[in-house]
Amino acid sequence: MVASRGNNSNPARIPGLGFRVLVLILISILLMYFDHRDNHLDGIRRAVGAAVYPVRIVVDAPVRFWEWLGESTTSRNELELELGRLKAERLLTNARLQRLTALEAENARLRGLLDARTRVRDEVRVAQIMAVDANPYEHNLVIDIGSRDGVYDGQAIVDANGVVGQVIETGIMTAQAVLISDADHALPVEVNRNGLRTIAVGTGEIDRLDLPFLPNNADIRVGDVLVTSGLGGAFPSGYPVAVVNRVTRIPQEPFADVSATPAAALDQVREVMLIWSAPSVTEEAPDE
Amino acid sequence: MSRDRASRRLPVIITLIVGLMLTIMPLPEAAAAFRPDWLALLLIFWAIQLPRTWSVGSAWIVGIVLDVSYGTLLGQHALALSVIVFATVRFHLLMRVFPLSQLGATIFALLALYQFILFWVNGVAGVTAPSIAYWAPVITGTIVWPFLYIFLSGVRYRARSGA
Repeated sequence: MVASRGNNSNPARIPGLGFRVLVLILISILLMYFDHRDNHLDGIRRAVGAAVYPVRIVVDAPVRFWEWLGESTTSRNELELELGRLKAERLLTNARLQRLTALEAENARLRGLLDARTRVRDEVRVAQIMAVDANPYEHNLVIDIGSRDGVYDGQAIVDANGVVGQVIETGIMTAQAVLISDADHALPVEVNRNGLRTIAVGTGEIDRLDLPFLPNNADIRVGDVLVTSGLGGAFPSGYPVAVVNRVTRIPQEPFADVSATPAAALDQVREVMLIWSAPSVTEEAPDE
Repeated sequence: MSRDRASRRLPVIITLIVGLMLTIMPLPEAAAAFRPDWLALLLIFWAIQLPRTWSVGSAWIVGIVLDVSYGTLLGQHALALSVIVFATVRFHLLMRVFPLSQLGATIFALLALYQFILFWVNGVAGVTAPSIAYWAPVITGTIVWPFLYIFLSGVRYRARSGA
């Protein structure tokens, strides 16, 4: 392996190496400092992110191709079966939707009686998750729309069953989001049954959230549905988050040990919905 | 001369892009924690072989790209990569004549240093401390190193004879 070729074989030291590495270390530390303190470096991130975009596309391509292949080779028979299933499902959903319209009207009327502002419907848009896996120690995902489509930092992401996560970094054509199961993520929720408010904290496990701030005597049971309370401001209220699956009360401890299973299939989703929530109601309601 | 240099750089750039792809390629949840640090290994290899062209500067740029695609603090991977590549370039002559076992131990130490710097920065920045599996890439990286070494030597030889 002793290379003896060209200009590399000169056994002399590489000139200026120590100086260069010192400068680079200093620049890195400065960058980290500014990045940590406040996000003045979004421009740099965006520029580098745009440069990485083609690589993401290429990594994503085989998975897309495989799916496309699977779709285009399914037999007519299977397609017809699926069509039938979808039709039945649509009928059901439509029926439910009718009831929802009636309920919404009733809700608006009641809110009118209570003199609260009516809730405005949220705008949604479907995004594809790119098959790009970033950091294994964080539960992140990358979606295929970015600031060009109006995505903004902190935006809520849901799927058909519940809350998935929120956008943490917006590129031009892609955006990165953190899942609610990430160990650094916390989400204000309320129990659908009785309106009990608490915080659901990610655990780093994809199928578990913890509710660490519930006192021992809190009214919570296994099977309770947790929905977003909308108090944090990031998530619109009323989206299902998780179902309580374990409540352990230890007499000496101040807090009950409660965990819940996320409603959304966090590790299976391929398509998600981004929510553009209408200007929030919660901020103005109280002082009247 | 400049054409010669460009043709020598191209294979390395291609290996780095492939390395980035391997880094962001989706893996099953269980396997993802064991993914080797491909870019660190690649940069170490090229720093041993061509330390005048592939040194701390390129390591730093690759690190920034990694920071952006990981969404970590900007400069974190850049710092860690430039430090280990600095150590590599400093001792590249020695590492060229190391027997494979000794080289493996050195790679292990470099990867451990790399993970340690990342770990340390995380600690200072207050990011949640990960589990013991955090150190798994050090071991898998050392295991894949000999194969990567043989493969990259082939790439290097072919690129040179083709040019």
